[in-house]
Amino acid sequence: MQFGLNESQEFLRDGARKFFAGECPITQVRRLMETDTAFDANLWAKLAEQGYTGIIFPEDFGGVGLGIVELILLMEEAGRALLPGPFFSTVVMAGSLLDATATKEQKRKYLEPLCRGEVRASVAFFEAEGSWDLADLRLTEVNGRLQGEKLFVPDAAVADWILVVARNGVFLVDAKAPGMRVEPLNGMDLTRKLYSLQFDNSPAEKLGETTGLSRPRAIATTALAAEMVGGMQRTLDITVEYAKTRKQFGKPIGSFQAVQHQCADIYLETESARSAVYYAAWALEHHAPDAAAAVSIAKLYASDASRTVGNRGIQVHGGMGFTWENDLHLYYRRAKASETMFGDATFHREQLARLTVDVEAVSVERV
Amino acid sequence: MDLNLTPEEVAFRNEFRTWLEANVPKDWAEWRERPLEESFPYLRAWQRKLHEGGWAAVSWPKEYGGRGATLMQQAIFWEEMARREAPPMANALGLGLIGPTIITYGTGAQKKRFIPKILSADEIWCQGFSEPNAGSDLASLQTEARLADGHYIVNGQKVWTSYGWVGDWCELVVRTDPTAPKHKGLTVLLVDMKSSGVEVRPLRQMTGESEFNEIFFRDVRVPAENVLGKVNDGWNVAVSTLMHERGAYGARLILIFKRNINRLIELSRVTERNGRPASQDPVLRQRLAQCYAEVEIMRLNQLRAFSRVTATGAPGPEGSIQKLFWSELNQRLQQLAQELLGPYGQLLGGDPRAIDKGIWSYGYLRSRGNTIEAGTSEVQRNIIGHFVLGLPRSY
Repeated sequence: MQFGLNESQEFLRDGARKFFAGECPITQVRRLMETDTAFDANLWAKLAEQGYTGIIFPEDFGGVGLGIVELILLMEEAGRALLPGPFFSTVVMAGSLLDATATKEQKRKYLEPLCRGEVRASVAFFEAEGSWDLADLRLTEVNGRLQGEKLFVPDAAVADWILVVARNGVFLVDAKAPGMRVEPLNGMDLTRKLYSLQFDNSPAEKLGETTGLSRPRAIATTALAAEMVGGMQRTLDITVEYAKTRKQFGKPIGSFQAVQHQCADIYLETESARSAVYYAAWALEHHAPDAAAAVSIAKLYASDASRTVGNRGIQVHGGMGFTWENDLHLYYRRAKASETMFGDATFHREQLARLTVDVEAVSVERV
Repeated sequence: MDLNLTPEEVAFRNEFRTWLEANVPKDWAEWRERPLEESFPYLRAWQRKLHEGGWAAVSWPKEYGGRGATLMQQAIFWEEMARREAPPMANALGLGLIGPTIITYGTGAQKKRFIPKILSADEIWCQGFSEPNAGSDLASLQTEARLADGHYIVNGQKVWTSYGWVGDWCELVVRTDPTAPKHKGLTVLLVDMKSSGVEVRPLRQMTGESEFNEIFFRDVRVPAENVLGKVNDGWNVAVSTLMHERGAYGARLILIFKRNINRLIELSRVTERNGRPASQDPVLRQRLAQCYAEVEIMRLNQLRAFSRVTATGAPGPEGSIQKLFWSELNQRLQQLAQELLGPYGQLLGGDPRAIDKGIWSYGYLRSRGNTIEAGTSEVQRNIIGHFVLGLPRSY
């Protein structure tokens, strides 16, 4: 048994860290967050050049064919850099959903250009109830048309296609389709913009059944949790650095135990979340019997931890941590948005309870 | 990353499983209820049996009677012991902490003299480290040893000594140079507990048991050849012993925690709360799931730490969070058990109405010590702050 990264995984992680440090420094993040879409075509082209847009998809469709462990390593680095724009929505959300539900012909048509980085896409799930439960959805396709509303759709304004989860299947809608209206929501996370979508008799192409949702959703949930770990790691690094240099009472504040212990707890929470995320990725990759439980464990822990880590980091910074100029609030905002995305800790504790408290033996669901 | 057991690991597990199946005493369930004083000869016999099978000290090098097991194999060993509910070994400290320290620092003569009897449980070992005025600040200890014609004369007091009442030998940390800085004037002595001037008293703890002892040393004579390691280098020797506290033994704890949370889930199904099973109470479901998740994360942190040690030879940063994580988790788990069991939670073993023979009332009280023993949570956070994160020393 070896619960560490192999050489090629370390290579990928180190390469991604270097790439984001060079192409997406925090100054770039701040510039993009002030724009309407947080999208930069130049940065997008470079992501595609690295092969990141096709990372987990089959080589048959122009992907790189790597596994979910590799994906989460990339996402962790993206989270550390606070990568703005539609990478998560396009590659992780829409790409996995296409890969899981579309026919071969549809994959040629949609997944291939996505892998090459020629298009962007997003997934529309939430409706007015704001529920992650499929049973709460109302939007239904009738005769190849959609009528209704979807909310909290990430990066929809720069998407070429929207994958819509409706009561009776997963559908693809062209962003330029008649009757479709995209309007921005004023969300807390400035680096990942959210939108509402209105469909008025908009044509929709069926990709597959909603039963195909569970695996892409598990992949996206785990990848998001990995991104959260990256954010936690960055918060830890910034905070420890500050505690070493900021002086009060003639000493670095990091020499006071009250401050040290906050940092130690950030560390504990970050490493524990990382363990949970790595395992969930491995379990998903290998279709382990406890994969569904592992994904919920990763997301529930990361959801609570990324919030408390942000709280501790800002607290250690004192007044400086509360300023716009300091970067911590950017991570703090992302952490809050990610906490609810794909279900918060309370949601995943209930999912886990269904897999453990309600059954005699621990989870047997394969995803 | 490959979380499947290797063929060697599977073979190791199967071999030990088969051995346990044939050798675990059938009557342990009756004995485990009794006080340790009564069951101790039983535990000695059990360790002897393990030793005869070559299983007493799997982590030790082969030349010293071990199996040279990898960390993962050690973890498998403790997991199987817990899975099979095998009795503990009598000489836990000798096998786990002190034997390995003697193997590292001992002279040829010391190894020959002490190692075989540690394995066979003929000689039980205890540890003389903490003192009334040296707890977290261990290096400030005051028990002194003066050299006089080939013997160290030891005077002082130790406290929180496990197995002191039954110990034949003690790994004792003493101050041999009171003028040196506190870490530089310490020496480790191997002390015969039957020496004249050694007095052992039980220390009753809040659970009512006496797991620990106080030991008094009055002009106890220890031959100079019983110095372990170098004179005045005792801090390094002692730290080496303490490092073994965080070894693969933790794998055993994980299985116990898994068993406990699974048992709580079972109990939640048969415990009424607001007119339905507690397992259907929305709040308790959340708490059970949270606890289940944390026990799993404890396992994963441990696996990552083991893999790091195996790959790099040095304990990874994950290792330093283990003690902090499990001790605080156990307190949350025991509190959850209390809430689940309601008024029955407080009933002690022996009360006919106690649930599970009172393990939950005992567990609640005992877990209170978890964040204190083997390094308080505060000390653990200091260690992470200073040694892992590189923050300035706070003391």
